[in-house]
Amino acid sequence: MSTVRDELRITGRPTTFARRVLLVVRTSWKRYPTGVIAGVALLLVLLIALQAGWFSPGDPVDMAPADRLQSPADAGYFGTDVFGRDVLSRIIFGLRISLGVGVASVLFATIAGTLLGLVAGYVGRWPEYLTMRLMDVLFAFPSILLAILIVSIRGAGFVSIILATALVYTPIFARIVRGSTLSVKNREYVQAAVASGATTPRILFRHVLPNVSTPILVQLALSMSGAVILEAALSFLGLGAVPPTPSLGSMLSENRTYMEQAPWTVIFPGLALGLLVLCINMVGDAIRDAFDPRLRTTAP
Amino acid sequence: MLRFLLQRLITVFIPTLLGISILVFGAMRLIPGNFVDILIGLGPDVSEEQRASIAASYGLDRPLPLQYLSWLGNTLQGNMGNSLRSGEPVASAILDRLPVTLELAILATLLSLLIAVPLGVLAAIYRGGPIDAIARGIGLIGLSVPNFLIATMLVLFVSTKWQIVPTTGFVPISDGLIANLKSILLPTISLGLLLIASVLRMTRSAVLEELSKEYLTVARAKGLGERAVILGHVLRNALVPVITVVGIQTGYLLGGTVIIEQIFALPGIGRLALDAVSQRDYPVVQGTTLFIAASFVVVNMLTDVVYGLVDPRIRLGEES
Repeated sequence: MSTVRDELRITGRPTTFARRVLLVVRTSWKRYPTGVIAGVALLLVLLIALQAGWFSPGDPVDMAPADRLQSPADAGYFGTDVFGRDVLSRIIFGLRISLGVGVASVLFATIAGTLLGLVAGYVGRWPEYLTMRLMDVLFAFPSILLAILIVSIRGAGFVSIILATALVYTPIFARIVRGSTLSVKNREYVQAAVASGATTPRILFRHVLPNVSTPILVQLALSMSGAVILEAALSFLGLGAVPPTPSLGSMLSENRTYMEQAPWTVIFPGLALGLLVLCINMVGDAIRDAFDPRLRTTAP
Repeated sequence: MLRFLLQRLITVFIPTLLGISILVFGAMRLIPGNFVDILIGLGPDVSEEQRASIAASYGLDRPLPLQYLSWLGNTLQGNMGNSLRSGEPVASAILDRLPVTLELAILATLLSLLIAVPLGVLAAIYRGGPIDAIARGIGLIGLSVPNFLIATMLVLFVSTKWQIVPTTGFVPISDGLIANLKSILLPTISLGLLLIASVLRMTRSAVLEELSKEYLTVARAKGLGERAVILGHVLRNALVPVITVVGIQTGYLLGGTVIIEQIFALPGIGRLALDAVSQRDYPVVQGTTLFIAASFVVVNMLTDVVYGLVDPRIRLGEES
C-alpha cells in the first residue's frame, strides 16, 4: 500500500504543490473510489450552492399563481409548487442553506468542543469534572428537543438552529478531544515542553492539538451529515427556515398536502436531500478509513 | 456490580439530572418578556400591582436559587404546573401521551434488533458476499435518508397511492390490537430505519472483530460446531458494543418521535412538545423537555446495568 510520501520518493521529481495535490487525488482514487466520486459530487454541489443565483433557472421565491402545480413535463425541469414557484430553483437555493447551516454549526461545535476538551483533558481536576458533566447534560437532550428549547427562547430562524446544532455537536467533540488529550499529555514531548518552560496555551496549541487533530477531523466529517439532516428536520417542523425562504426540509413539509396531485414537489427535494447526505456520509467514511484503519467499514 | 452502579449513580447520573433541570429552568427564564405573563398567560391589561401580587403568590419575588429549589421540589412531587391553553396539569398531559410514544419507541427498537442483528452477523460471516453487500447498502442508505423523508415517502406511496394502511391517525390498543399495529406500522418503520442501519453496522464490525480472535480456534479445536461457536462465543462478545449503540440511540428515538408523531398525527409526547412551542405554552415546553431528557438519562443508566449483566469484565473489574 503506497502512500503519497512513498510515491514522492519513488518518482524523485521536485514536488510542486500541484503535483502533490495530483498525487493525493491519485492515491485516494485507487483506495477509495466511491469516496472520491462522492467528494467530486459534493464539490459540484458546493459550487452550485455558492453560485445559486447563476445556476438556478428562475427565482426561488417568485410566485406565479397561473403556473401552480405544473408537472416537470410542462414547466422547468422539476415542475412548480402550489404557489407556482420553480422547484429546481428552490432546491438549488435550499442546498445553499443546508450546506451553510451545516458547515457553520459544525465549525462552531468543533472550535468550542476542541477548546473545552483540551482544557478539560490537560488541566484535569474540577475544571474537567465540571466541563464533562456540562457536556453530559447537553448530550442528554435529543437534538430536536434542544432546538425546541432554543426556538422557544429566540424564535424560529437560522441563528436559532445553528446555535442548536452547534450545541448538539459540541459535547461529541469535547469528549473525543478530552480522551485524546488524556492519552497524549504524559508523552515525553509534552513533558519536554513543560520542562523547557513553555506556557500552557503554547503547550496546548503547539504540542497537544496537532497530535489530537486526526480524530477531530474524522468527527468533523461524520458530524456534517447529521447537521445537514438536523437543519432539514427543524425546517420541516417549522422551527428553522422562515417562509418563503427555501430549505429542503421546509419544501417537504409545505408540499406534503399536495403530494398526491403533485408528487414532484416532494420527491425532488427529498431526493436532493437524501443524495446530499449520502455523498457527505461516503466522503466521511472514506476520511475515517484513511485516518483510522481500525474502524474500517468497507472491505479492503 | 451494585457498587459500580451506585458509584455511577452518584458521580454521573444525579449530577446530570440536576444539570438538566437547571438548564430547563434557566431556559424558561431567558424567554423575552415578563415571566409572570409567560407563566400564567396574562394579557396586557393586567396592572402592575396585580402582577406583583400574582408573582408573590407564586414565589417569584424570591431570589432565583430559592425559586429553583421550590420548582424542583414541586417537579419531583409531580407538580409541573398547568397548561396555559387547556388548563390541564402538565404532568397528567404527559402521562396521557406517554403510551403512544413508548409504544412507538419500543416497537422501533424491537424491529431494528430483529432485522439488524441477524443481518449484521450474516454479513460478517459471509464477508464480501451478496448478503454483506446488501447489508452495507442498507447501512449507508439508512444513515443517509432522514426519518421524516422516509415517512413522507411511505405516506405518499404505501398509504396514498397503494392504500395498504391508513395514512394518519392513531388507533389505541383498546380498540383492537391489529388496528393499533396497523396505525403504527409506518411510523415504526420510519423511526426504526436509522436504528436498523446503526445497529447493523455496529453488529457487523463487532462480529468481524470477534471472528479474528484466537479463542475461536480453541472453541473449534475442542469440537464445537460452527453454530455453537457463533451463537455461544462470538455473538455474546459482540453484543456489548451493540447494546451501547442501542442505548445511545434512545436519545435519537425520543427526539425522532417528535417529528414522526407530527407527520402521522400520533398523540404522543413529541407532538405535545411541538404544539406547545408553536402555541407558546411554556409550562408544557418545560415539562416535556425535562421529561424526555430525564428519560434519556434513565435509559442510559439501564444500559449500564445491561452492560454489566452481559460483560462480566465490567462488573468483576469493579468489585476486585
